[in-house]
Amino acid sequence: MSFIDNIMQKVNGSAKIVCKKCNHEETIGNLEQHDYICPECGNYFRLDARVRIKYITDRNSFKELDKGLISKDFLEFPNYQEKLEKARKDTGEDDAVVCGTAFIADNECAVFVMNSKFIMASMGSVVGEKITRLFEYATEHQLPVVGFTASGGARMQEGVISLMQMAKVSGAVKNHSNAGLLYITVLTDPTTGGVTASFAMQGDIILAEPKALVGFAGRRVVEQTTKSKLPDNFQKAEFLLEHGFVDAIIPRPELRDTLAELLAMHKRSV
Amino acid sequence: MNSYVKLKTARKNGRPTGGAYVENIFEYPIEFHGDRRFGDDLAIMGGVGFLEGRPVTFLAMEKGTDLESRLARNFGCPKPEGYRKALRLMKQAEKFHRPVICFVDTLGAYPGADAEERGQGQAIAESIMEMMGLKTPVISVVIGEGGSGGALALASANKVMILENAVYSVISPEGCASILWKESSQENVAKAAECLHITAQDMKEFGVAEEIIPEDFENFSQMCSDMKKTLINAIDELSALSEEEILNQRYQRFRKFGIFEEKKNGIFKKK
Repeated sequence: MSFIDNIMQKVNGSAKIVCKKCNHEETIGNLEQHDYICPECGNYFRLDARVRIKYITDRNSFKELDKGLISKDFLEFPNYQEKLEKARKDTGEDDAVVCGTAFIADNECAVFVMNSKFIMASMGSVVGEKITRLFEYATEHQLPVVGFTASGGARMQEGVISLMQMAKVSGAVKNHSNAGLLYITVLTDPTTGGVTASFAMQGDIILAEPKALVGFAGRRVVEQTTKSKLPDNFQKAEFLLEHGFVDAIIPRPELRDTLAELLAMHKRSV
Repeated sequence: MNSYVKLKTARKNGRPTGGAYVENIFEYPIEFHGDRRFGDDLAIMGGVGFLEGRPVTFLAMEKGTDLESRLARNFGCPKPEGYRKALRLMKQAEKFHRPVICFVDTLGAYPGADAEERGQGQAIAESIMEMMGLKTPVISVVIGEGGSGGALALASANKVMILENAVYSVISPEGCASILWKESSQENVAKAAECLHITAQDMKEFGVAEEIIPEDFENFSQMCSDMKKTLINAIDELSALSEEEILNQRYQRFRKFGIFEEKKNGIFKKK
């Protein structure tokens, strides 16, 4: 959580936010006008799930699915219960992903948005179950899926069960794909570990926000392994584009229109 | 044995590695190389052979057995080209209607800059997704370490077996300790291993593995011949299923994983 606070910090409880890249202070209202991009330095602020949904989907079109799934500390893992309780209190959410159906410029779709403010949007049983159910729902109702990924990876506090979520979700994505349905992923900062190594990279179309960090292994681990200095853009969206792993980097102000056009272009014409 | 001792046992030098099982279990194994895209990763070996007269595709993570082979095989840490070779051979198995048998043994997928450049995450993601849709039976055996996503990329199977002193984990206990306690001292690693529940017995309890295979490395050929019988039984069982049933069995196998509570109209339902 402290990682997020470094980037987005409320000043003395007032409605101002400091950009941690350039220390510029901005009111929340102004920032909203600027698509949550720092007007000074162009830094993208991380969006929480509800803000993202409001920003991307048609007004009042979002219908939430599978609310009320609650993580359990079934391994009695050190501090997990406390972490969960704090994350619930801080975010007002049950867990790290919000799922539902919505319209984007009149195009109906199923949507999931991961919330990096909830234990770094790590994937445990609840995240895996909700995204699996969403794909199953979308397959049954013949809907495309638009997914906004952000994650620190699998949630180690749930041990190997969180690892299994990678295969569980992948199976549901595969069935959705076999049904001829569209899956668009939007990689947002940061998408790493087990989420990168599963549904984040399984989209028919993979989009990314500028400068989003996307990778499998953590930068520090790679540095230790490689024992050399990594380029500044290492594991950034631009690096992935250069190496052929994303279809396009879309600036935030164009994202909604791009998604709308893509959804429209994938309606069956024959 | 506690989890930490098991972890050490699973990693011990001299413990049989993937290639030894391939040699001892299959008749006339022929190794195939390369991913047809970039190169050949020796951390994963793959090919075809007979299992008591029945053609199979085998995939085996191989850590190496001495310094030279360990270096050549990158200590069993696969790169994207390794996973892409594995997937190529799994697709080939599907085409020719033969089962796939995977031996899993890795600390994890290689966390190097070159692996990231070539899409380590994408390679694992594709392997898992395609395995979930593979229309032929897949059996995976964790023979040493099942290290995270890098292991799951060869373990999204119809049936998973695990050797009695092997381990399977979402993160290495070292990685877990350094995240939790900022320091991976032996004491912290031991504590992390305990917290993560990584033993074969834990896997059986979670349903992550269906079967525990006894170890007897002193009588390795006997052990392999027993293992061969176990594999044949499993393949016989799965071969009786239609393609659709094979897919459905694998989907349901993974669909059930998840421990959480569900609140409906304010009432908690435990799962």
